[in-house]
Amino acid sequence: MEPILNVKNLTMNFGGLKALDDITLAVEKGQIAALIGPNGAGKTTFFNCITGIYEPTEGNVKITPPGKPTQKLQGLKTNLVTEKGLARTFQNIRLFEGMTVLENVMIGRHCRLKSGIIGAMLKPSSQKKEEKQAVVDSYEILEKIGLAQYVNEMAVNLPYGAQRRLEIARALATEPFLLLLDEPAAGMNPQETKELDDLIIWLRDNEDLSILLIEHDMKLVMSLSDNIHVVDYGRKIAEGTPEEIKSNPDVIKAYLGDESEDA
Amino acid sequence: MVTKKEIKLSFVIALWFMVLTFPIMVIKVNTIKHIVIFRWENLLWTGIVCFFASLIWNYLLRIKEEKKKSDTKDDIPIVHRLLQNEKFRIPFLAAICLFAIAYPFVFSMYHTSILISALIYVMLGLGLNIVVGLAGLLDLGYVAFYAVGAYAYALLNLHFGISFWVVLPISALLGTIFGTLLGYPVLRLRGDYLAIVTLGFGEIIRIILENWDELGNGPRGIGNIPAPSFFGHQFNQHNSVIYIYFVVIALVLLTIFFVNRLENSRIGRAWIALRDDEIACEAMGIDKFKTKLTAFALGATWAALGGVVFAAKTSFINPMSFTIWESITILCVVVIGGMGSAIGVIAGALVLILLPEYLRAVAEYRMLVFGALQVIVMVFKPEGLIRSIRKTYKFEKTKE
Repeated sequence: MEPILNVKNLTMNFGGLKALDDITLAVEKGQIAALIGPNGAGKTTFFNCITGIYEPTEGNVKITPPGKPTQKLQGLKTNLVTEKGLARTFQNIRLFEGMTVLENVMIGRHCRLKSGIIGAMLKPSSQKKEEKQAVVDSYEILEKIGLAQYVNEMAVNLPYGAQRRLEIARALATEPFLLLLDEPAAGMNPQETKELDDLIIWLRDNEDLSILLIEHDMKLVMSLSDNIHVVDYGRKIAEGTPEEIKSNPDVIKAYLGDESEDA
Repeated sequence: MVTKKEIKLSFVIALWFMVLTFPIMVIKVNTIKHIVIFRWENLLWTGIVCFFASLIWNYLLRIKEEKKKSDTKDDIPIVHRLLQNEKFRIPFLAAICLFAIAYPFVFSMYHTSILISALIYVMLGLGLNIVVGLAGLLDLGYVAFYAVGAYAYALLNLHFGISFWVVLPISALLGTIFGTLLGYPVLRLRGDYLAIVTLGFGEIIRIILENWDELGNGPRGIGNIPAPSFFGHQFNQHNSVIYIYFVVIALVLLTIFFVNRLENSRIGRAWIALRDDEIACEAMGIDKFKTKLTAFALGATWAALGGVVFAAKTSFINPMSFTIWESITILCVVVIGGMGSAIGVIAGALVLILLPEYLRAVAEYRMLVFGALQVIVMVFKPEGLIRSIRKTYKFEKTKE
């Protein structure tokens, strides 16, 4: 079976800087894959290249959504990538602060709804129905993620951990088959991290999602991931199961430095 | 109540102002008799007024800070609370309706006339609110579309004798087309750059109107624009003002109705998302460019409608009515009223347009007082007179 995300020889140059150098990576259906590496290794750049925020210099990105043929992804605008079924969260929280929690999730529904300007102004019954359905669907997502109590709060007033979860809820609303999480546990306390751990596994098992996450919390990464990809200086240095990665000398070198250099 | 520190500060401020205003408040040079008069009593008055003004100012600032600290839950503006309360809503709205209907019969033509101006600004403000308040696109050339509407009516009437009611939809369409045409190239920019470019476009339209003599008589303008007719019946001057008043009221109601629906629709939410975070907005599957363009075009539509009413009301237009100053005034209406808040914008338009008229009582200090009031609003209510609140939904728990 084709992997649902298949990235081949992805290279991204910023002027003379090679932020990503020939990265090849695949995510299988139903997998939780992690992308790790030291700060500045190019992990977020990788996400930005896949989701169309940057256009990669070289290489190609292919997706195979469940039940659909393989298609090319690079060159598509960000919003079209989301429409294809890749949803992401952000390293630094990017919620819509002027909106309520529910509306934030409803924004995620945007690309699955149809009503236009004329529809909004005249409100025919089809539009009313669609709007009502969107509210119900969004609320259901909030219940699943455990944010239903905040439904009418302004997003900006939420506690930090809840804001992170809201980002995931918002991404879920776009009906993705692959969820890209950029440091979902950053800044969370151990309790919140534990809840996040459960949530991600729950998402994979019950929502039929595959997940690719960037994370620095090694405990979380090791306990969650089926497969780990390690990048350093834009280059992929290792790939494997958590056990393999833990004992990989290149990875240890990248994180802790070379023993011989220190001596 | 007032701390020692504040008294000390006010004292220093008073002294400072006494020094600053010394040349203009105290010294008076009589150039005919070649003598200098020192009006020392003015110095005293300046000092006293500044001292107390500063005391009050500092006191209010402190109250505001303390209030911000004490209630963490943000309070809902009183107008919203009235509107949300089922018991109050009907009588509240009925009272406003009655007042609006009775207004032209109770007050003189002059008062009706300035209220019409204010109501036109309500329309313009609500239109610009879509662009600036909701979509967050700073548009300093909004007046261009206002001019498009006004000139559309004037020219179509002059050359083809088309009536007000037919021009109204035509100009709305023209506004949309112009909005799209201008929006298409400039919306790739953002923030300050967008503001500067729209400013330029606004001026271009005005300069074209001023110099293209064959089109609209250049600076001489177009006169004798007829007031709207009532099924072919033309009113006399007095009744015609009343009639226009009701036409504007109807248009304002229509605007409020549509804007309110848009605000809580899929498109309206996309606008707000775009304003709050462009990158996240795109990542949520919203076509950034299309969303911006709809906001820009829709804003332009209302500006054009406002323009038609303006032309019909004044019966004479020339390019001088569409200067950058006009754009700034409309922007002030939106910002002071409350960005993104329809009720706020209505309040802002009424205050900002009616106030200078009624401030004529203080004659030459009118603009000074007006400016001071704007500063005071921005200091004490930075989110505008009536800030926006978002729609809330009620839910039953579907599962435990």
